[in-house]
Amino acid sequence: MLASLTSELLQSLRIALQAIGAYTLFFVRLLKEVPRALLRFSLVVDQVHNSGALSLVIIMLSGLFVGMVLGLQGFDLLERFGSEESLGSAAALGLLKELGPVVTALLFAGRAGTALASELGLMRATDQLAAMEMMAVDPVRRVVMPRFLGGVLSMPLLAAIFSMIGIFGAQLVGVQLMGVDAGQFWSQMRSAVEFGDVMEGVVKSCVFGVACSLIAVYEGYHSVPTAEGVGRATTRTVVISSVIVLLLDYMLTAVML
Amino acid sequence: MRVRGLHYSVSQRPIFAGVDLDIERGSVTAIMGPSGTGKTTLLRLITGQLMADRGLVEVEGQDVAGLQRGGIYQMRRRMGMLFQNGALLTDLDVYENVAFPLREHTRLPERLLRHVVLAKLQAVGLRGACRLMPAELSGGMARRVAIARAIVMDPQLLIYDEPFVGLDPISLGVVLRLIRLLNDTLGLTSIVVSHDVHDLSEVADFSYLLSGGLVIAAGPPSALATDTREEVRQFMHGLPDGPVPFHYPAPDYLEQLRQLS
Repeated sequence: MLASLTSELLQSLRIALQAIGAYTLFFVRLLKEVPRALLRFSLVVDQVHNSGALSLVIIMLSGLFVGMVLGLQGFDLLERFGSEESLGSAAALGLLKELGPVVTALLFAGRAGTALASELGLMRATDQLAAMEMMAVDPVRRVVMPRFLGGVLSMPLLAAIFSMIGIFGAQLVGVQLMGVDAGQFWSQMRSAVEFGDVMEGVVKSCVFGVACSLIAVYEGYHSVPTAEGVGRATTRTVVISSVIVLLLDYMLTAVML
Repeated sequence: MRVRGLHYSVSQRPIFAGVDLDIERGSVTAIMGPSGTGKTTLLRLITGQLMADRGLVEVEGQDVAGLQRGGIYQMRRRMGMLFQNGALLTDLDVYENVAFPLREHTRLPERLLRHVVLAKLQAVGLRGACRLMPAELSGGMARRVAIARAIVMDPQLLIYDEPFVGLDPISLGVVLRLIRLLNDTLGLTSIVVSHDVHDLSEVADFSYLLSGGLVIAAGPPSALATDTREEVRQFMHGLPDGPVPFHYPAPDYLEQLRQLS
């Protein structure tokens, strides 16, 4: 019993290490392609549109609601200590340092990540990637790399928009609905939020952008070329991205605090 | 192009166990065989998408196994391949699909590029469809666009993987005619993989019949049609039972029925 359990654990560990190795090699291969991809920047711009611009509505709506909830909960909590005028700084710090990057990354994995993975998976299933190989065109260079870079560039922009709309949502509830003084709201925010806090959010969203985009393109590119395989790649993209984002968030927070 | 003593297996299951074949320059060569005999795998070995376990695959005097990635890409620039479903890039229209290899490999001015693309589309009769998206094309049209894309770099070797699957008689006739016409007018060498015996015999100069990991017959299609060997006769005449059995190996039916009751 113990022996079989140990062997299963070792087997799982081996599979996990193999996956990490494969991800690392793929990431290194992508990094090598960065200079060449920057020379054909129009392909990257197209993908910033696909991953970023097409995710704007969901990001803005989510940002608004998260900000509004933050406004309500923050007001309720701060009112107990008689410091509801600190709502602006609490909402801004929460959004810029934590909620903005994390929720944006989770939404990005669900919206753009799945789109990337399924698109690449379907391209493999319909022999489009093989056709490129036969035309002596490297699919990693021509298809995967622009999508990866598009995702990496989109994420900090989306996170910034999320935080901005979120702060507006918190202001909407705190100031317009609950009656917090508008001057206090904005001045507290300006005095509490420092450049380092903004940079913490930027660094997090950049790291999450690399992680989510890498997972999406890796899973899509290596998907089994069947309907089931593409479906599985899409699911794996969301699941792995979500867990990795939360894990990285903890690690980055611990390092940057 | 020649193949000697080709061995290839997948997960211990042998696909090829010593295949020998030669493709004459300027000819249309058919590679036939029942489903699952590895015809497409053979194409992948010829084009360097797969590597043989043992044996020689030589294209224009170059051993494919000895080529690095760059060398394989150089070799593929002189090849065109038509995939079973056309494999058109679904986010590009017909014009851009045909222009794709030129845009990737050359720095042609837009006017010249347009001239080349339209000439290739004219050759397959689809110049008027240049702004359609792949989803708007019928199976036959998609196959013809894929042929235009395959010849846009003026290759020396054109490979067709099951080009007749799912085509109506008119489209099939068009594709058949194109294979012969393009081969002769552009001075190509063509390899056509298919199991459509009658269609292939119309265009092929020479044919190979694969079965059980080996070439079991070779010669002009007319010679294969009159071959009296049982395995060749079964395939060429579409007989349901023979060396390739109708029934998948199974335990004795009567015994199984007894067990059930």
